[in-house]
Amino acid sequence: MDIIDRRPNPHGKNLENRQRVLARAREAVARATRQAIDQGTLREVGHDQAVTIPSDALHEPSFHTVFSTGQRQLVLNGNREFSTGDRLKRPPGGGGGQGSGDGQGSGDGEDGFRFILTRDEFLDLFFEDLQLPDLVKNQIVATEATAPMRAGISVDGNPSQIDMGRSMRQSMARRIGLRRPKTPEVLALEAEIAALEEAGLDEDAERLLFLNAELALAMRRLARVPWIDPMDLRYRRYTQVPKPVARAVMFCLMDVSGSMSETMKDLAKRFFLLLHVFLERRYKRVELVFIRHTEVAEEVDEQTFFTDPRTGGTIVSTALAELIRVQRARYPHDSWNIYAAQASDGDNSGSDTQKAVAMLEGEILPIVQHFAYIEVRSAMMIRGETDLWRGYAPLSQRLPKLAMRRVAEQKDIFPVFRDLFGRKAATP
Amino acid sequence: MADMPLLYSGTDWDFHVIQRSYDAIERIACEELGLEVYPNRIEIITAEQMLDVYTAHGMPLSYRHWSYGKRFLQHSSSYRRGYTSLAYEVVINSDPCISYLMEENTATMQALVIAHAAFGHNHFFRNNHLFRQWTDASAILGYLEFARSYVAGCEDRHGAAAVERVLDAAHALSRHGVHRHGGARSLNLKTDQKRERERRDYDEQVFDDLWRTLPVTRQAPAAGPSGERRRRLGLPEENLLYFIEKTAPRLQSWEREIIRIVRLIAQYFYPQPQAKVMNEGCATWVHNRIMTRLHETGQIDDASFLEMMHSTSNVIMQPGFEHTSGFNPYALGFAMMSDIERVCTQPTAEDRSWFPDIAGNGDPIGTLRHAWANFRDESFVLQFLSPAVMRQFRMFRLLDDTAEKTLLVDAIHDDEGYRAIRRSLAQSYDPAESDADVQVVDVDLEGDRRLMLQHRCRPGQRLAQHDAEQTLRYAAALWGYDVTLQEVDTDTEAVLATYTAKPSSS
Repeated sequence: MDIIDRRPNPHGKNLENRQRVLARAREAVARATRQAIDQGTLREVGHDQAVTIPSDALHEPSFHTVFSTGQRQLVLNGNREFSTGDRLKRPPGGGGGQGSGDGQGSGDGEDGFRFILTRDEFLDLFFEDLQLPDLVKNQIVATEATAPMRAGISVDGNPSQIDMGRSMRQSMARRIGLRRPKTPEVLALEAEIAALEEAGLDEDAERLLFLNAELALAMRRLARVPWIDPMDLRYRRYTQVPKPVARAVMFCLMDVSGSMSETMKDLAKRFFLLLHVFLERRYKRVELVFIRHTEVAEEVDEQTFFTDPRTGGTIVSTALAELIRVQRARYPHDSWNIYAAQASDGDNSGSDTQKAVAMLEGEILPIVQHFAYIEVRSAMMIRGETDLWRGYAPLSQRLPKLAMRRVAEQKDIFPVFRDLFGRKAATP
Repeated sequence: MADMPLLYSGTDWDFHVIQRSYDAIERIACEELGLEVYPNRIEIITAEQMLDVYTAHGMPLSYRHWSYGKRFLQHSSSYRRGYTSLAYEVVINSDPCISYLMEENTATMQALVIAHAAFGHNHFFRNNHLFRQWTDASAILGYLEFARSYVAGCEDRHGAAAVERVLDAAHALSRHGVHRHGGARSLNLKTDQKRERERRDYDEQVFDDLWRTLPVTRQAPAAGPSGERRRRLGLPEENLLYFIEKTAPRLQSWEREIIRIVRLIAQYFYPQPQAKVMNEGCATWVHNRIMTRLHETGQIDDASFLEMMHSTSNVIMQPGFEHTSGFNPYALGFAMMSDIERVCTQPTAEDRSWFPDIAGNGDPIGTLRHAWANFRDESFVLQFLSPAVMRQFRMFRLLDDTAEKTLLVDAIHDDEGYRAIRRSLAQSYDPAESDADVQVVDVDLEGDRRLMLQHRCRPGQRLAQHDAEQTLRYAAALWGYDVTLQEVDTDTEAVLATYTAKPSSS
């Protein structure tokens, strides 16, 4: 008998098979992904996302029989009250137990096929669905943080950064060029001289003389030409390259006044969500700040943000002020990538728009990577430009950081999102 | 009896504990029970590796295909959500016999599964006539290795999509890729590689560009009556994959080899479902017996013994008919094995009239070994299901007549019902009753090359339509020309339905 401990063996033998399943059911999985996004909360999306796809996407057919008409006999167990001749109602669903022992399970169940996607798989599918050009993913501007990166070789530098290999190569070239004798050669000379002197024969005197001269020359060269010289030294050079800060904060601003209906809020939610997933793909850590406003603004949690209705007027600048306050208190702009998305129906009290625009231009736009303004409107209403739109529009033309779009229906969200980031790619 | 030292105490195990337990179990299994087993190999694996083992029906390795990924996702998802727990062990019918043991098992569980798998199942694999006839335990590991590398090689040469197309189609037909008669054909890595090489050499030898330049001549009229043609092709043929592999006009030789791989693996698994009740019954009875003996000889303590009882009774739990759709093979198998033991040692008058040849023969182990070797589920139930077990399970029979509004209880566990119930239950384990009987009946290789299949249905047992259509499309993809399937009523020879599939143009 052998006992083999297989535990240290490589795991994940089925990784390849798993990828093939996803490839095969790609369409169904992508659809399921979109549904999962609809249902999930912002923070959960993309983390071990469970998706359910219809089982027929992965059905494996075979010839097998089903009982349809006629007679069959089933043997069952657990008889408590029946005696011969009793009649039973058919169980609902018509199954009557699959007595014929056909254990073909897979694919027959009406249940969907549910499994958990890793975050990478999920995001791949999600962004494939969006068909974002790859360029766009690089378009979110990196911050000033830098990291050293290897950049070739230099002749001066810090001793700790000596490149031994390079330095020795230089030294060897120089030694060969200057004909510095090698240690074995010198030893051989010395050995030969010693041997000749030992023998002490007259006919060797001339040879001995020659060898002594050779040895003297070699010793002189050894003393003159150093093994390694300061001019051989080579150092690894580093340059500072900008590196994206691996964390970002995303401010979600939303008007929750009475004029925002549930559908409008839902549209806004989908947009926020998309942006969040998008940022998550780029940054290791993405924090969310939810700011809702009516006449006053406050920071709330996600649940309250989307569900708790408020009534009242609308003063947009309060939300912007709150954004600035939170940002200053918790997210210094030199160590955070800051993104903001504002959703509103465009209403604002007349006098406030100028103030909001000024705050945006003067205080917010300089520190954020991107500011998206989404104007949601219900599909029914046909309206001209809103106060806020009129206020933001000229600013947006001057500063590409501010992007603004209108969204009326759910299906607009993806195109608008793509458009927002696609436009930046077109004009770098 | 002499009290022997405890093999272990507590729940933790290490490799010495496993070795000691194995030796003690082997002593009982081979000396007291007279089991004959393949050499054992015990492999300790983690839960994640167990999931891997599950995906390929317990094959230790297999070629890559999405269907394995699907099973992997199913198992891992239901495991992660706590719907199912993993098996304590998986055992492979090979020589040496490989048993996978989970690292989470307690020391008692390791001993139990060694007794269960490494001796119970192992003895069954080695001795049961189905396995001896249809599978070649010594060759399977080598063959799987060959299959894996061959399929991977094809993927490199012809692309994963092309290979997947063949595998999908062959998998769909794999239930009909089995020789039901004639027993094992040898699985041999060497000869398989050799045949595959010869095939390729032959293709190279006979290749002649000249053939391409010949003018197209009118087809000679089909020679002879169709009877002669069918005789030459060996029709009717129920092994669809075999027929396609040998006869399909448009397959490449590597495609034929892949079909052969699927076919041979299907053949290897063919006996398993036919002897599930017996196999599990045998293994459960053996582990129960061995663990009881270990306890009697003082080699395991009371706590371990109770743990063993607990997990055994979990395994042999049989829920009532309201909650399940059939018999738990562990429960029925174990009950029947225990019952045979009882009949041999303490027969009642009823047993003497039902089983005159074994009742009171005093050799329960010999009788069981005889049963394990020479029966399969269907014949085993027909031969050995006793009234006592039928009463224990409170079996009854329902007549389901679709013309009636209600189901009729036409037999229960009483004197009038015993034989009827036994016959019906045995029938339900007969693969001939549950597998669809699909055969190749005709093909005109010189004409339009349409492949004619026939399903001979038993009364009321029609093919599931949607699946039949899809499967037929797969068959057409392999065949390369139209395939027609007729459903014919066995009694009246009336054609009930006709399906036709064309090969997709791609």
